Amino acid sequence: MATAAIARHPAAFWDRVWMWLTTVDHKRIGALYGVTAFLFFLLGGTEALFMRLQLMRPEQNMVPPETFNQLFSMHGTTMIFLAIMPLSAAFFNLIIPLQIGARDVAFPRLNAFSYWTFLAGGIMLNTSWFLGGALNAGWFAYSPLTGLTFNPGHGVDFWAISLILLGIASTAAGLNFVVTIVNMRAPGMTLTRMPVFVWMTLVVSFLIVTAFPVITVALIELAFDRAFGFNFFSVTAGSNPILWQHLFWVFGHPEVYILILPAMGIVSEILPTFARKPLFGYMFIVFSGISIGVMGWMVWAHHMFTVGMGPVANTMFTLTTITIAVPTGVKIFNWIGTLWGGSIEYKTAMLFAVGFIAMFIIGGLSGLMHAVSPSDAQQQDTYFIVAHIHYVLFGGSILGIFAGIYYWFPKATGRLLGEGLGKIHFWLTFVGFNVTFMPMHFVGLNGMPRRQSTYAADMGWNLWNMVETIGAFILLASLLVFLYNFFRSGRKGEQAGADPWDARTLEWAIPSPPPEHNFDTIPQVHGRDAFWEQKHPHAAPVPAGGANGQLHPAEHQGGGHEPIHMPNPSYWPLLVSVGLGIAGYGLIYITHRAPGAFSLNWGGLAAIVVGVTFAAISTFGWYKQPAAGPEH
Amino acid sequence: MAQAAHAEHAPEHPTSTGLDNRKLLMWLFLGSDCLFFGSLIATYLINYGKSLVGPYPHEILDILVTSVSTFVLLLSSFMFVLSLAAHTRGDYRAFRVWVLCTVILGCTFLGFQVFEFQQFVHEGLTPRTNLFGTTFFTLTGFHGAHVTIGVVWLLSLFFLSLRGKLGPDKNLSVDIAGLYWHFVDVVWIVIFTVIYLSGVVAGTNAAGG
Amino acid sequence: MNGRGRLLPIAAAIGFVGIFLFWILYYGRTPETPQSIFEAAGPVARMQLNLFWWIFWAATIVFIVVELAFVYALFHFRRRSGDPLPAQTHGNMPLEIGWTIAPAIILAIIAVPTVSVLWKVLTLPNEGVRLEVEAVAHQWWWEFNYPSLGIKTANEMHIPAGTVAVIKLESKDVIHSFWIPKLGGKLDMIPGQHNVMWLQGDEPGVYYGQCAEFCGEGHALMRFRAIVDTKEDFDKWTALQKQPAGAPTTGAAAAGRDIFMGKGACAGCHTVRGTDARGPVGPDLTHIGSRLTIAAGIMDNTHDNLAKWIADPEGLKPGNLMGTVITKGKFSSDELNGLASYLGSLK
Repeated sequence: MATAAIARHPAAFWDRVWMWLTTVDHKRIGALYGVTAFLFFLLGGTEALFMRLQLMRPEQNMVPPETFNQLFSMHGTTMIFLAIMPLSAAFFNLIIPLQIGARDVAFPRLNAFSYWTFLAGGIMLNTSWFLGGALNAGWFAYSPLTGLTFNPGHGVDFWAISLILLGIASTAAGLNFVVTIVNMRAPGMTLTRMPVFVWMTLVVSFLIVTAFPVITVALIELAFDRAFGFNFFSVTAGSNPILWQHLFWVFGHPEVYILILPAMGIVSEILPTFARKPLFGYMFIVFSGISIGVMGWMVWAHHMFTVGMGPVANTMFTLTTITIAVPTGVKIFNWIGTLWGGSIEYKTAMLFAVGFIAMFIIGGLSGLMHAVSPSDAQQQDTYFIVAHIHYVLFGGSILGIFAGIYYWFPKATGRLLGEGLGKIHFWLTFVGFNVTFMPMHFVGLNGMPRRQSTYAADMGWNLWNMVETIGAFILLASLLVFLYNFFRSGRKGEQAGADPWDARTLEWAIPSPPPEHNFDTIPQVHGRDAFWEQKHPHAAPVPAGGANGQLHPAEHQGGGHEPIHMPNPSYWPLLVSVGLGIAGYGLIYITHRAPGAFSLNWGGLAAIVVGVTFAAISTFGWYKQPAAGPEH
Repeated sequence: MAQAAHAEHAPEHPTSTGLDNRKLLMWLFLGSDCLFFGSLIATYLINYGKSLVGPYPHEILDILVTSVSTFVLLLSSFMFVLSLAAHTRGDYRAFRVWVLCTVILGCTFLGFQVFEFQQFVHEGLTPRTNLFGTTFFTLTGFHGAHVTIGVVWLLSLFFLSLRGKLGPDKNLSVDIAGLYWHFVDVVWIVIFTVIYLSGVVAGTNAAGG
Repeated sequence: MNGRGRLLPIAAAIGFVGIFLFWILYYGRTPETPQSIFEAAGPVARMQLNLFWWIFWAATIVFIVVELAFVYALFHFRRRSGDPLPAQTHGNMPLEIGWTIAPAIILAIIAVPTVSVLWKVLTLPNEGVRLEVEAVAHQWWWEFNYPSLGIKTANEMHIPAGTVAVIKLESKDVIHSFWIPKLGGKLDMIPGQHNVMWLQGDEPGVYYGQCAEFCGEGHALMRFRAIVDTKEDFDKWTALQKQPAGAPTTGAAAAGRDIFMGKGACAGCHTVRGTDARGPVGPDLTHIGSRLTIAAGIMDNTHDNLAKWIADPEGLKPGNLMGTVITKGKFSSDELNGLASYLGSLK
């Protein structure tokens, strides 16, 4: 229907494009994040399929080694930075303001800027495919393989600069969500009344704000080495290339929790809804999430057990790493406690949520096996690790994200995703996932190193590699089912109504899709599970959280009587991002270089000047433009 | 509804913590920036003493000149305290005088840095020369970039005030700029200690022993 | 509790856990494969394997208990029509404390053997006979030096059985990782840093090794063999390696030598001791005829494979240095035959 209307009224089409380009509404930005990230997810999946085709049989030549190396490097980078993180960001945007009872995030235009800069970084990274080849040194990009001597092409530069852009986008979003959650809660919503998804978002936002500066510095150092001949990672100048690994993993391990904690938050929302029971051990789940975030900073060198740090360092990082199993276990036990004694309904969202728990247990336990550094020496850099990270990031994050999609799709669109197709999607995913990744444990322990473009036929790896490839195609089929369901349900799905799941949190108190201003009156919160309490006032009381009887300071203010100001649409955030993108391309091509010979590329310099000027002018326009519109 | 037009700048809604959104944002950003400088400083320290060729730190660092420029930067922070105080009590003329002093001192510091860089290049130290050059120029260069942004920011406050657009409702804008400026100053104290003081002390020890 | 059957939940839980356990335990280990970690052939690999089993069984017991409870709950507490609102419980402090402490105790138990093995593996043993070997990684082949014996070879490391081999790891370009799964876990080879590891082979045999850190285009084709000899075989091998190359005995081999030293420009990169070939870039070929494999473990050392390799190194190992010098079609089949005969004769 919508498409027919567009065809008849071309002007309306451009109006809609303009609306999306200038939107500062957190729900629309969330939708933009979701759709863009899902497209990148499909791209990363396609890269994985090509790898699986090449590895289906031993000694194949379908994908040449150089291309294969680009494929796995880009697969990792794409899935982490362009798929899972922004898919989580889509949920932050869609859900957080609704769950805390706010009309928008603290800085709506900064939010738009985050999205557009993310898009600029994602596009820039992938244009490298057409501009001389993509990154070919792995998503971890270990020096000195990324040095000019061993990597003269521009793939590494594209990667470094676009990751800096993505870091700017993520940091801006992280700052925005910390401020939003800390400052924009509805009256009465104390910290201990916040839904767990809000808590996990808060932890993740803190991790983003603190971890991304570290990778940014590493990337700047790498880019300077390559563009200007600096010596940060130059072995010939006396530097130790292990410095890169430390900087990378100091960022990289918190990053793992940036990827998994949002899914844990999503699951913590879904289980109570479908078990019709409050979350078991709320405080323990919250505190274990916080301690996972904090401890994530003390374990980075477990990625480096085989670089020869010596027994003292290996002992230390072994002990810190296995300690993280405690809060992780607490989370899982409390989820089981939530289900215990409940009345569990298996909608697709719930299936994905329990699938997450079942698979995350496996991923967590294999993680424990790597934490033990002496036996990790046999596992490091084998397919055993590949299996582990996919049990955590696919069996964990992606299943959690799909659970969230099925759960909140009705809130975002007003229509339910088809349950029948959803269940087919779940079972295909669950089976395909295990068929693809479980055998990777086996070939790993039988000595198959990861990141190999090919392998010999006499190694005993043939059968399971074939099985893995078949599993990958089952996953492809599951995605096709999902896409069909998504488009079909988006147009013809059953009307959802405000609260299709009999859920517990505030986002279900308002119509689906929510009106632009979210809440007609800002709700007053009196306890945890605020909406459930409104619906079941006579059920067992939900603990109020916080000190008993004490009102939150903002509670005295009362809510809902002040006029509604909605932020103005703005194209300035988009223009700032465009400026940064142009400057980024300039940085990639700033010099003509060969090892030992560098000369300025005037074209690159011109692009930087143009881009920075453009961004500066746009920032000024941003500053001058009023933020909020007239009263509604 | 002129005030509603600037809702983001002057919120009418009380926030959950009572702290203004923008001020909280700035604090968080500075926390993030701490990690940024922390990583650069870590890189400097890890590569300290690993240069294979000279010039080495103790041969080239001029502790006297840098002490003066450090004092200049510290003084600028003091000037900014005065300017914020002036703005808070509504004395905008004094505010502009003090903020201009801050800017001038900031520029003086940058001038010292440019002079120092030129001097080093003249004496044969560039970022390509050795690990000291690479890490030194990058760390101090990024600090210089922060100071430059601060100078532009303070100048824009100065001109806004000249045009009468920095009234009492904008006290917070001045406050936030001050947070940034003081932070940049504090970072320099750390850099000064790590690079200059310890570099020269280590050099003296090497010369003595 | 209100007439819910227990049989189905129990069956489902056991079924779910059983499928995974069977799958893992039955297929997880296939010890006859050349790089399996399950067939430890030396003390280092054995310590690591024993530790692996420790952790594996600890993890498996946790897996069984947790997944059984989880899947049981999934089935037992499924909603039926007419279910009342379940009791709205919020938590249970003794339970919480219990399941915080229980994993901590399990982890503490795991930590003890872990730290003990960790120090044993990472510190060199004091007693016993030692042999020093230098392993130097190149993109994408291995150089092995025996400084105490004055031997230099490539892509095959010989060590005597029952002797501690102290291996110094180095890299000439990027980071590589030295790994012989049946003898012990890996350790990285880092330019500008000298790592030292120790290994020991109990029984004579040929063990597969492979680079385990991604090192560029040819990473998958950077393999090698570790050959554990009896004491007598090792001495024989040592004596042979110390000798310079023999003169060619057949006409084809003599023709091949001339190409090697002349038109082929092979001598620019390779060394054949006892001849004019003193190139320092590629593998030492003095005794290539005595090796099991060529081109860093990717092909058996046969006359045909040698000819194939020389004919088109870029095609067989894309990106390697030799391919920049020798392009396909540079040598006629006669020349290839000669070169292969010559190299094959370098026993």
